[in-house]
Amino acid sequence: MTTTTQAIEVKDLVKSFGTITAVDHISFDVDAGKIFGFLGPNGAGKTTTIKMLTTTLRPSSGSILLDGHDPVRRPLDARRSFGIVFQDPSLDGEMTAYENMELHAVMYHVPSAERRARIENLLKFVELWERKASFAKTFSGGMKRRLEIARALLHTPRILFLDEPTLGLDPQTRNHIWGYIQNLAHEKNMTVFFTTHYMDEAERVADEVAIVDRGKIVSRGTPSFLKESTKTSSLEAAFIALTGRAIRDDEASAQDRMRTMSRVWGRS
Amino acid sequence: MSIIYILWLRQLKRYVRSRARVLGSLAQPLLFLFAMGFGFGPMYQKAGNGSYIQFLAPGIIAMAILFTAVFTGIEILWDRQFGFLKETLVAPVPRFIIVLGRTLGGATVSLIQGFIVFVVCLLVGFRVHQIAFIPVAFVFMFLIAMFFTGLGTIMGSLIQDMQAFPLIMNFLVMPLFFFSGAIFPLNGLPRALHIAIRLNPLTYGIDGVRGAFSTVSTFGLGMDFALSGISATVLFFIGSYFFSKIEI
Repeated sequence: MTTTTQAIEVKDLVKSFGTITAVDHISFDVDAGKIFGFLGPNGAGKTTTIKMLTTTLRPSSGSILLDGHDPVRRPLDARRSFGIVFQDPSLDGEMTAYENMELHAVMYHVPSAERRARIENLLKFVELWERKASFAKTFSGGMKRRLEIARALLHTPRILFLDEPTLGLDPQTRNHIWGYIQNLAHEKNMTVFFTTHYMDEAERVADEVAIVDRGKIVSRGTPSFLKESTKTSSLEAAFIALTGRAIRDDEASAQDRMRTMSRVWGRS
Repeated sequence: MSIIYILWLRQLKRYVRSRARVLGSLAQPLLFLFAMGFGFGPMYQKAGNGSYIQFLAPGIIAMAILFTAVFTGIEILWDRQFGFLKETLVAPVPRFIIVLGRTLGGATVSLIQGFIVFVVCLLVGFRVHQIAFIPVAFVFMFLIAMFFTGLGTIMGSLIQDMQAFPLIMNFLVMPLFFFSGAIFPLNGLPRALHIAIRLNPLTYGIDGVRGAFSTVSTFGLGMDFALSGISATVLFFIGSYFFSKIEI
């Protein structure tokens, strides 16, 4: 355990793709052991922010500290401190559930003596132990999600990033997984940073939320603070009050757009 | 070390599990071996050069290796498409180590393909002059495998969709193969062609394999080894560089 009380510190973070500013000078911090919901309409900059926090995208400017480590200058230290469940699947379908877990354990330096027991515990927890020898490609969407969550917890990270982790899961599984994550956060002082479109879920599990829109944080605080400040009765109503009713185009991310552009210009 | 091993093992498992891929990538070199080996054989013999199979076999072995190797390198694209790449990119492991594991895995798989073709060549009449030199031939086969896995890694890191794949095959890999002395001898060629072949790193790899198997090499095994080794190393580092620049 470290002495820093802030698990995540973000100052003046900016990411622009050409003329598009996907993340526009955002600053926030998350206390260790807290569950932090990062909410916003489609295209608000949530995934771009997560990518910068998790070392897969370089910020245009601004600074980040994860458990005291700078993901830009010391990516390996920063990576050791977090686990992540991506928005899209990231399993190797040609390998079994167990092999996917094992590969992760080796890459994250889980001592070989503990590997088997940890994998077994986590696969049992997400109820996939019976299917440990099945190829990941044969799993349903929900099973893949569960496997990815188990994998992200394998190296007992200090910070857990969840990018829409419960998308496509039934309420039973969602409750089960959140129950476990809440336990971990409280018992092991693990910090959770998540995005979701399910406002009821965010209201129930988050200690604090930030609402982002068009690359900026428009409001921050506990769910009850947000409800009070917008004089609404649910986080969903507060969310709509803060971000408007207009339906956002479910458009490609700024990066996708850039890729399309670069394809047009011939750098296939 | 264990990280390199597990990534190497991953490539091997994927190879063993996809039988269709194993057969598919053997079909082309074997087709070349039978069609060209037996088709041009009589002409080659009449011209007073001896057995064409004897000349062609090292080229066909190299062909099996190089296509498999490019493919395993370019698998980065597949991993990107299916999402697994992200998992390796956020791991607390230097990208260099990841590329090393993948490359060694890809090269090993390619070497196995090359070995299978080698055995088939023996069955259709290819003869090894000095048994003791077989390991030397395998060193050259391994260098060819490293070179082309590196090439695949570069391509897989730079391009972002599979549409570019046929382009790379037809405009880069096929020319490298055809202009390498794999299927025809180097003497008496037009000057421009001769220069192109001398500039192609694969030429020295194939000359090395041929030299080790049949004790006749055009450039000498030392020169072949130096140039193949240097080009494989250079490509590996360029590949690691581009891989380390991947953003997702």
